[in-house]
Amino acid sequence: MSDVYVVGVDMIKFGRFPERSVPNIGAEAALMALDDAGLSIKDMQAMYCGNLGQANAMVGQRILQEIGQTGMPVVNVANACATGATAFREAWMSIKAGMYDVVLAVGVEQMGKGLLGGAGNSDGIPKEGLLGSGTMPCVFAEAGMEHAKEHGTTFEQFAKISVKNHHHSTMNPKAMYQIETPLDDVMNAEMISYPNTKLMCSVNVDGSAAAILVSEKKAKELGMARAVKVRASAMASDPYTDRDLVMPDVNACTRLAAKDAYEQAGVGPEDINLVELHDCFATAEMLHYENLGLCKDGDAGKMIDEGHVELGGRVPVNVSGGLLSKGHPLGATGIANIYEICTHLRGEAGKRQVEGAKIGMTHVIGLGTACGIHILEKNS
Amino acid sequence: MWRNVTESRPLPVVDYLKIPEKGEPYLEGYRCKKCGAIFLGERNVCSKCFARNEMEVIKLSDYGKLHSFAIVYRSFPGIDVPYVSAIVDLEGGGTIKGNLINIDPDPDKIKFDMPVKLTYGDALGRKDKEGNSYLSYFFEPA
Repeated sequence: MSDVYVVGVDMIKFGRFPERSVPNIGAEAALMALDDAGLSIKDMQAMYCGNLGQANAMVGQRILQEIGQTGMPVVNVANACATGATAFREAWMSIKAGMYDVVLAVGVEQMGKGLLGGAGNSDGIPKEGLLGSGTMPCVFAEAGMEHAKEHGTTFEQFAKISVKNHHHSTMNPKAMYQIETPLDDVMNAEMISYPNTKLMCSVNVDGSAAAILVSEKKAKELGMARAVKVRASAMASDPYTDRDLVMPDVNACTRLAAKDAYEQAGVGPEDINLVELHDCFATAEMLHYENLGLCKDGDAGKMIDEGHVELGGRVPVNVSGGLLSKGHPLGATGIANIYEICTHLRGEAGKRQVEGAKIGMTHVIGLGTACGIHILEKNS
Repeated sequence: MWRNVTESRPLPVVDYLKIPEKGEPYLEGYRCKKCGAIFLGERNVCSKCFARNEMEVIKLSDYGKLHSFAIVYRSFPGIDVPYVSAIVDLEGGGTIKGNLINIDPDPDKIKFDMPVKLTYGDALGRKDKEGNSYLSYFFEPA
């Protein structure tokens, strides 16, 4: 099977664009990625498009109606917050399978403001606030409190994650916000679901990101100077765990996917130079230091206390600002974090550059549950 | 329709809450006879060990321990806050989610693994489109 390379990748600056259509937002990133690769839409042999909000409305084809209807096969995918990573992975698989040499993957989302979560109104009466809460800040607060129970993790430690990611975003012009949020501000912000305050919840934004994936043969033809190798593409669903059907388990499926990814890549957590992981809430990021093997179980609090996950630390996490400050356009997130890693591996990340980065990892979780992990390597 | 002639009789808020003609309400589980996994709601196949047609119906305990929680300050419009959203492991197996009541919504007062008891009562006055009342379950410190 051919190795697969990313030769073009980009994202738009995340923001709020209520006046634009979903395909229009997606088309912008697709064109940027094509330009980054120095390729035309005519060169693409297939397209995989990730979007959740209009999952039944042929977003991929509508993007091509804006930028070039070549007749190529288009597949639209939806997989909760792992949607973008799923589109990227399907593109990767199609090249691995030997079907194509040049494939376009796009992720796009247009979000409203406000709380995400299952209202549970299917029949009878609303269950929200009656049988607990299905809002996302609460669900991830419960997951974080499980960590607090096992390891004594504190509200302040969770809050520090948000301080870190907001700080990182001040160096990322494509992030929704570039604002420092000191610890007091984070801890004293409006409490949404304890222990997640408003500044510990990801930002609902509109956004898009796109990547051009190619076979090794095509990469050599195009020139390898800025090519990034996909060393692993792993995906898992939630295996049965005792509480999973009541309390979504983001840990077990991350651990499954991480194990697969490390095996595919033939590397270990100690080889990873930077990570973009799914900080949909500050409580979630804490869990994934351990789930991804970046530290031993129980040491996640130390990772943030001792600065290991900051820019300049042992393994910087979410130097883009993460979902907490860069923003979280659900269908775009999984490709936007691939853009971030590729930008560092190419040495083009400016002030937030992780010096000497050779191998990076992306991770997303879609509740329900889907976990997508990619390991990317600088071409040497 | 019995619903119309017995208006005072509430409906269960979820299908695994059972309200017998006589006796107290309780929660019902489905337990896999092969592996012991317990599920809420009727099913025939075990998602843990994949056994088919090995499910037995059981009555879940009214007692358990607090596994995890969150204190909800912002919910959907019209929902009273704050409240405690709780995950409880029941004695004898099964995990359920619900509101923990009769306790201050204060993280210092709520202890992991604290014993809790199920209590059954009206679903906070919520009614469906036909005006039916519902019976719900809650947790309270035991």
